[in-house]
Amino acid sequence: MPRRDDIKSVLIIGAGPIVIGQGCEFDYSGTQACRALKEEGLRVILVNSNPATIMTDPDLADATYIEPINWRVVERIIAKERPDALLPTMGGQTALNCALDLDREGVLERYGVRMIGASKAAIDKAEDRELFKKAMESIGLGVAKGAIAHSLEEALQVHALVGFPAIIRPSFTLGGSGGGIAYNREEFVQLCERGLDASPTRELLIEESIIGWKEFEMEVVRDRLDNCIIVCAIENLDPMGVHTGDSITVAPAQTLTDKEYQRMRDASIAVLREIGVETGGSNVQFAINPKTGQMIVIEMNPRVSRSSALASKATGFPIAKIATKLAIGYTLDELRNDITGKATPASFEPSIDYVVTKIPRFTFEKFPKADPTLTTQMKSVGEAMAIGRTFQESLQKAMRSLEIGSYGFEPRIDRTGDQKAMRDRLVQELKVPGAERLWYVADALRIGFTIEEVHDLTRIDPWFVAQIAEIIAAEGEIEARGASGALIKADGPRMRDWKRRGFSDRRIATLLGRDEDTVRAFRHAHGIRPVYKRVDSCAAEFASATAYMYSTYEAECEAEPENRAKVIVLGSGPNRIGQGIEFDYCCVHASVALRESGYQTIMVNCNPETVSTDYDVSDRLYFEPLTLEDVLEITGLERPAGVIVQYGGQTPLKLAEGLAANGAPIVGTSPTSIDLAEDRERFQKLIVDLGLLQPPNRIAHNAVDAVALAEETGYPLVVRPSYVLGGRAMEICHNREDLEIYMRIAVRVSDDSPILLDRFLSDAIEVDVDAVSDGQRVIIGGIMEHIEEAGVHSGDSACSLPPFGLSRALQDELRRQTVALAQALDVVGLMNVQFAIKDQAVYVLEVNPRASRTIPYVSKATARPLAKIAARVMMGHSLESQGIVSEVVPSYYSVKEAVFPFIKFPGVDTVLGPEMKSTGEVMGMGRSFGEAFAKSQIAAGAAIPGGGRLFISVRDRHRAAAVPIARYFADHGFDLLATRGTAAVLEASGLTVRAVNKVSEGRPHVVDMIKNDEIDIIVNTVADKQSMADSYLIRREALQHKVTNYTTLAAARAACEAHGHMQEFEVRCLQDLHKEIAHD
Amino acid sequence: MAQPALLALADGTVFVGESIGAAGASQGELVFNTAMTGYQEILSDPSYASQIVTLTYPHIGNTGVNDEDMEAAAIHAAGLVVRDAPSRYSNYRGTGDLQGFLQQHGVVAIAGIDTRALTRRLREKGAQNAVIVAGEGAGDQAAAVAQARAFAGLDGLDLAKVVSTPQTYAWEEGLWETKAPPSRYHVVAYDYGVKRNILRSLAQAGCRVTVVPAQTPAAQVLALRPEGVFLSNGPGDPKACSYAIDATRELVASGVPLFGICLGHQLLGLALGARTVKMKFGHHGANHPVLDIDSGRVLITSQNHGFAVDEASLPSCLRVTHRSLFDGSVQGLVHADRPVFSFQGHPEASPGPHDVWPLFARFTALMDAAQNGIARS
Repeated sequence: MPRRDDIKSVLIIGAGPIVIGQGCEFDYSGTQACRALKEEGLRVILVNSNPATIMTDPDLADATYIEPINWRVVERIIAKERPDALLPTMGGQTALNCALDLDREGVLERYGVRMIGASKAAIDKAEDRELFKKAMESIGLGVAKGAIAHSLEEALQVHALVGFPAIIRPSFTLGGSGGGIAYNREEFVQLCERGLDASPTRELLIEESIIGWKEFEMEVVRDRLDNCIIVCAIENLDPMGVHTGDSITVAPAQTLTDKEYQRMRDASIAVLREIGVETGGSNVQFAINPKTGQMIVIEMNPRVSRSSALASKATGFPIAKIATKLAIGYTLDELRNDITGKATPASFEPSIDYVVTKIPRFTFEKFPKADPTLTTQMKSVGEAMAIGRTFQESLQKAMRSLEIGSYGFEPRIDRTGDQKAMRDRLVQELKVPGAERLWYVADALRIGFTIEEVHDLTRIDPWFVAQIAEIIAAEGEIEARGASGALIKADGPRMRDWKRRGFSDRRIATLLGRDEDTVRAFRHAHGIRPVYKRVDSCAAEFASATAYMYSTYEAECEAEPENRAKVIVLGSGPNRIGQGIEFDYCCVHASVALRESGYQTIMVNCNPETVSTDYDVSDRLYFEPLTLEDVLEITGLERPAGVIVQYGGQTPLKLAEGLAANGAPIVGTSPTSIDLAEDRERFQKLIVDLGLLQPPNRIAHNAVDAVALAEETGYPLVVRPSYVLGGRAMEICHNREDLEIYMRIAVRVSDDSPILLDRFLSDAIEVDVDAVSDGQRVIIGGIMEHIEEAGVHSGDSACSLPPFGLSRALQDELRRQTVALAQALDVVGLMNVQFAIKDQAVYVLEVNPRASRTIPYVSKATARPLAKIAARVMMGHSLESQGIVSEVVPSYYSVKEAVFPFIKFPGVDTVLGPEMKSTGEVMGMGRSFGEAFAKSQIAAGAAIPGGGRLFISVRDRHRAAAVPIARYFADHGFDLLATRGTAAVLEASGLTVRAVNKVSEGRPHVVDMIKNDEIDIIVNTVADKQSMADSYLIRREALQHKVTNYTTLAAARAACEAHGHMQEFEVRCLQDLHKEIAHD
Repeated sequence: MAQPALLALADGTVFVGESIGAAGASQGELVFNTAMTGYQEILSDPSYASQIVTLTYPHIGNTGVNDEDMEAAAIHAAGLVVRDAPSRYSNYRGTGDLQGFLQQHGVVAIAGIDTRALTRRLREKGAQNAVIVAGEGAGDQAAAVAQARAFAGLDGLDLAKVVSTPQTYAWEEGLWETKAPPSRYHVVAYDYGVKRNILRSLAQAGCRVTVVPAQTPAAQVLALRPEGVFLSNGPGDPKACSYAIDATRELVASGVPLFGICLGHQLLGLALGARTVKMKFGHHGANHPVLDIDSGRVLITSQNHGFAVDEASLPSCLRVTHRSLFDGSVQGLVHADRPVFSFQGHPEASPGPHDVWPLFARFTALMDAAQNGIARS
């Protein structure tokens, strides 16, 4: 039976900005959903505030609303578009919650919109802890002991039941936000308070601890005829106690017998039936007592999830696409399996003949004050996945895919020190899970811990520990071999064995005491090269028409490279702060554009959350680590006409030189030019030659030089190590003392990695310019004026396109300089320039001749797909031949705003600085800057209330400028509160202000007032370290209480412009806005 | 230090690996199975007699072995081919490792080869005769290929009588982690190589089971006055089991409720005049979708067969109830006017999903209906 015919149009809700717990996996699912519906000829209406996604490309939906995801806004979209149905299961928790709101507020009923994919009843039953527990008990499945609490008092009562350690889980939050494990009463109270705040329903589930039990996930798909299939079983290497998103996970499950697996399969299907998921994909999580086999259900998600993305990539079964088709009435047997060239139906269970390992990527280095212990609240920002024929191969490939400077099991402890202390530390590291526990496991095995000891301390299943122990034993063999001289021909079989265990050339080289090139040369001389196997969903039972591949050291290669003009696009690897979905967007665009131009496109990437790793985005997909070794093997096999390294952020860029040196044809801007832009001394000369300005700057190769050189440039200074992305370890030093501390603590400086000192331009306006050049012509993509002044990392700053405050003359000067720089650097492809403007003078801060983070935003703001255009340019198609002859300046405003993970990291300061901390972004579009900014703020969750109390406290030098801001709010329904210094200035300007205590001035003080919900909005600027420390508590408390807090006057000023638009705005779809540009 | 081993195929292909089982040589028909769990059940399934099985999942042996997961008293597969047998198993029910289990049962096995390349070859060329040589002799590839070619193959081979129980016995044990309910029916089960989980499933469905040898005449079975008769799975070519085909024909005629699984399903087809054919590489896995034609539902099934009932040859008294969604082949039959039905795959699973388990209830329902009919007449 075909799909239901009562649905002609469908509204899809996206997941909004990338945050911890909700990453770009929902771009993968949303994009598949849009495509699946369009294929059926349905009208697709999409709302998603995240401009960096592929799903918000205007050709994926019929009406794309880059608007805030909240029910009031979505209601306007529904009123305008009148969709027949709403598909809420593709946009994570955000979409589910929004759908529930729409239902509760009667919007769906009012407009006759049907929810498909999941019913309200099913969502409630799955998400409401109490209902869920009851449901599970009713079908005879075990659940952890525990109960629901709606207050601290109730929580304490429940606690009497479950004891310590206790697990606290707030309802309806994503990524376990606000949850945790309490080992004592103090922690318990703290976690309960935080959890009640985090839960939109002020509801907690408090449960007995099953820490140390084995954890599994089942990905289930069900259709309307109750056909159920398990797509994938995933086993967590990290046992219960570590959030699944933070766990190393392995597919398929490794340590279940068939009887145990089938019991779990039966239970998973029973859960879907009981919860009432009528169609679509869900995941069910289980814990198993390793000693008795007792199984309990942890939770289920009645929607596609992070693990659906992982399961899709791990098996080749496109869960989101299939779930979408099921939602509109198809049954599983009516759909075909693309991977087998449609030879088999989608109603089967994938069988895989390889091992998949996912390792999360953390970013604790960005938040030094955050607690790096892994617990039930997710803390990772990205993940890498690897495929190998064995677990050892898959694990070691995943480790080097992470791009954290690890190429295998490098030791994490120094073995030469005090043995007892070392042992104690290892015990601690094994007991308390952290980001690097995997490496400590290896260290422990290395110094003689037994498999049982490691298992006892970590509760990691002995099967996994034994596998790691084998790797460590092989390391010993390699080391021993290295000690006895150069490799000879007879070592070939040993080398093959090492490679079969997944060792990287680099790790082997380190262990042998040789260099990577030597190992590679030896390997190649002895014909030891990887083969490529296909991911075919059926363990080779059927022929595969899809070139989705992974490398392994086996006998037979299935790559079958074709003799055509082809281009390899190198992806961006695991998401991290500073390098996220924006780069995946660019890579996908490069592949799509060049495929359209007739090239065979080949994607290389290792991030399972992305659209780029969907098997149908490129002609061929290599799911491989992005290291020189792994990429060279692919270029050697495929012999492409071009390799694109500009689009995947720093990841492929770092490989450019090595690839070029080994003969890979890098297209676009030459690695030499890229290097020139990064090389401070040569770049400085270029700036001088072009007659442009830079802030005074120096390079220091040691700490003593740094202090001396700083005297030449003067303070304040921006300091950072060379070659970093996302402003890693970048700081502003206001004086010599700051600098000395920085040199001592923050960085290791050496000749190879010098420190860059730049004079900091206080209160300057920062501007980003994106441009595309074909070597002849340079076209400006967009000029983006930052809201926050220079000093806040460009990735963390809000910005507006077109600029809202720059004169035409200044804009023209920026254009002139951009063109001059592009020409001087021989840019072929994309380029991003960061400027600072102070006292009408334009300074060049940075030039990046590659895809920048802002490309998707600019492309959507200007209706011009820059990444596609530039990809064609790189393959020799001039701008003119593509009809790109002038800049587009839209008649409307598009404002990008950053979104931060601070709520996940208690104790971390929320103040913005030169080091990037945001995980995602949103965009607001409007007729005026104010309207666009207002929308961006709503979308980012920083609503400006209509009235109430404004607390204002600014530094001395900001006081004059603060007066008009205070006046605006006073005139628009706000009472003013201020600290004494600020209050005096405001009163002197004729404003009525109530003075309140700073924290240091006694109680009640401002933080008390925030806690008591007596403050509705805050303007609190900071300048130096001392004032930052003073106001830290204000920021943390504001964050907890969701009080919008502006830390710069520029942002507060923008808020004044936006205030009037918080309620009064229009929703507009991208397609309509883009029409205006076409008509210009 | 691991002993060398090699796998030689009749087409001349040779894979060199290491031995993980007993030393020696073993011939058989080489098939692949794509189930990711259940290696112990597969190895001990009598249907694998004279077959060397390649498991496509690369790590085999992760959970060790235990007594509960045996499908028969011994390993019946002629050999095992895997990519990797981990040195350490882990499972709360495990009592020993796979390697020791193979050695103890004298089964040759090879690890360390590119099993995916092998599977692709079998997919393209069909199941092949092969030999595993482990330990001494693993150096002589030419001799091994000759040995593989010397194996006569399964065509025309009656293995059911070889693996069948020599004497009649009773079965009462129910499914894993459950206790069988009190029995309401007496069922006689023909053992052509029956899997224990079929007997467990029958017991779980309320049957007191009497298991009889393959060559037991129908009259002797009927003399036991069973409420139903069951025809089990088993190895080899169904055409070769003429005694069983004859017995089945008599049983159908007798009007006793009859249920056949796998070989039993094929025997039923043959007894009623259908033909069976040798498949290219058969169905061996735990992920096979089967359409239940009457309900329109898709069932994920466990499969293990190299012969199939040819639909074109079906007599008018047999109707197709189930069909493979992989290749359209016949998966289930029902008799037009007798209480007789059969299934090609494995409702008892083990290994595999339980989607088709309700067929056991269909069997008891038939017995109920037959009882009521008798009561009325």
